[in-house]
Amino acid sequence: MNNLVVLPLLFPLCTAIILFFFKEKVRIQRAAGAAGMGATLLACGLLLAQVLRSGTQTLNMGGWMPPYGIVFVADPFAALLAAAATLVSSFCLLYAFGTVGKERERFYFYPFFHLLLAGVNGSFLTGDLFNLFVCFEVMLISSYALLVLGGTKIQIRETIKYVLVNIISSTLFVAAVAYLYGVAGTLNMADLSVKVAAAGQGGILNVIAVFFLVVFSLKAGLFLFFWLPGSYSAPPMAVAALFGALLTKVGLYALVRTFTLVFPNDPAITHVWIGWMAGATMALGAAGALAYRNLLSVLNYNIVISIGFIAFGLSVSNRPALEGVVFYLLHDMAAKALLFLLAGLILQARGTDKAARLGGLIRSQPWIGWMFFTAALAIAGIPPLSGFGGKLLLVKGGLQGDSFVLTAISLASSLIVLYTLIRLFMDVFFGEAKEQPAAAAVPLRGHVVLAGALCAIVVLMGLGSEWIYQAASAAAGTLSDPSKYIEAVLKEPV
Amino acid sequence: MELFMSLAVGILFAVGVYLILSKSLLRIVLGTSLLTHGVHLLLLTMSRLKAGSAPLLGEGAERYTDPLPQALILTSIVISFGVTSLFFVLAYQAYKKLGTDDMEQLRGREHE
Repeated sequence: MNNLVVLPLLFPLCTAIILFFFKEKVRIQRAAGAAGMGATLLACGLLLAQVLRSGTQTLNMGGWMPPYGIVFVADPFAALLAAAATLVSSFCLLYAFGTVGKERERFYFYPFFHLLLAGVNGSFLTGDLFNLFVCFEVMLISSYALLVLGGTKIQIRETIKYVLVNIISSTLFVAAVAYLYGVAGTLNMADLSVKVAAAGQGGILNVIAVFFLVVFSLKAGLFLFFWLPGSYSAPPMAVAALFGALLTKVGLYALVRTFTLVFPNDPAITHVWIGWMAGATMALGAAGALAYRNLLSVLNYNIVISIGFIAFGLSVSNRPALEGVVFYLLHDMAAKALLFLLAGLILQARGTDKAARLGGLIRSQPWIGWMFFTAALAIAGIPPLSGFGGKLLLVKGGLQGDSFVLTAISLASSLIVLYTLIRLFMDVFFGEAKEQPAAAAVPLRGHVVLAGALCAIVVLMGLGSEWIYQAASAAAGTLSDPSKYIEAVLKEPV
Repeated sequence: MELFMSLAVGILFAVGVYLILSKSLLRIVLGTSLLTHGVHLLLLTMSRLKAGSAPLLGEGAERYTDPLPQALILTSIVISFGVTSLFFVLAYQAYKKLGTDDMEQLRGREHE
């Protein structure tokens, strides 16, 4: 029992509720929002330190023993992801100051932002399947609001599609929960793990596992990513950075959690499916990234590629691959957020995202240029930077698990990531602009410094791989051995 | 009884999917609400429809119906209610700003 476990959910929730009362007072909204974010960050950091020091922490809501009550579980994987998500969203929040515009800020931008964070942290920390659904909905409904806020034509059009896809996937989620409850009679994940393992996960349970695979793939953009490129190019860049860094990662977290904890018993069926979906995601994402020359489309398809990459690690599911999954998830949150913030700065400086109209930006914005270069190398996985450790572990896991085809696809997709991002870098920063853009403003110095801080984190994550690896290894330890999780949740009260 | 409920759920799902695949935005919204009806009935059905008293301890009955799925359905109903109302307002805004409810005309970036 440890009340700290719920604070990463509670702080953003309370901040959002307080912020609803200060509609017109943008300065108060910013200050209180930043303070709430700082408190959440502190809580996540303390929780992470505690989890890494003394093992998985649980909190039984209302004192009801699991499996009867809702339990919040902070194992190393969940605590790491919650901390990383909060850190990344604090950067997005600071970037939103001064870029989203007064109109949006006065219409509850910050409350929705914090509610989204509450949903994300809740999804990471919950130990109950239906509570996961509710946290997903908290996150998704805030994301609908953030996506449509401002009400431009493109936003309305893309929000309709995004809402429709997510209503359907949420409906399927409830249906999957219904089937699983009908078979197993419980919704607590640890208890489910015990019951599914006892039943041997044949026949109907495999069907339910694939059902969950479809649901979470729709959320994560694994193979079923048709909605992603359009939706993510509509909102302002602070929101796009938040979405690109967090939303699909929550779907991936749910995939990793269900297929390492609840349904790990028949990998010949489920994990092979995940493997082929991951391979197809990497290949199709690479095709999309190659096909487009405008900034946002290339970045969106790069999100898709990295989703496939992480799912490839899940499909192999041996120890190094799971370590790679954790490591790469952490890196990808930070690096994708950095890339989107830089894209936002480029848009501010040039007022267009068509690569043909950009060009020569290195002369006026050298800092943004070299940070973009660093981020591109980090995402491609060049050794001193943060993407390398995760990719190395994933490839090692893939080779140990004898999935040579998928490993080859993942390496080839890394090459394409490098090619597309460097092509973008050359297009945007070198050469001459073909036509002068109409509207252009100089990005604020503070925002460049902000991106610089995030860039420093990405570089330090690479240089300090040893420490990150230790944490990732602890997380992979609980992932590869569900009995630790079960023991932590279902233990007798002390 | 479960068989008939399953058939009803299947019909709701089929109609919902058919409506979602149509062109008009309002038919799509109606399709999503039929889908959620279907899934709530499914949740009720999957917890076995055995006869029993309503889950109120004051009834003092021999056996009760399962209370958990009812709580889940109640939660899911309010969530889908909120999302559906958002979707309706969104459809109205799309009609006002984009001047169409035809999904065929809502695609691509070239209309900007």
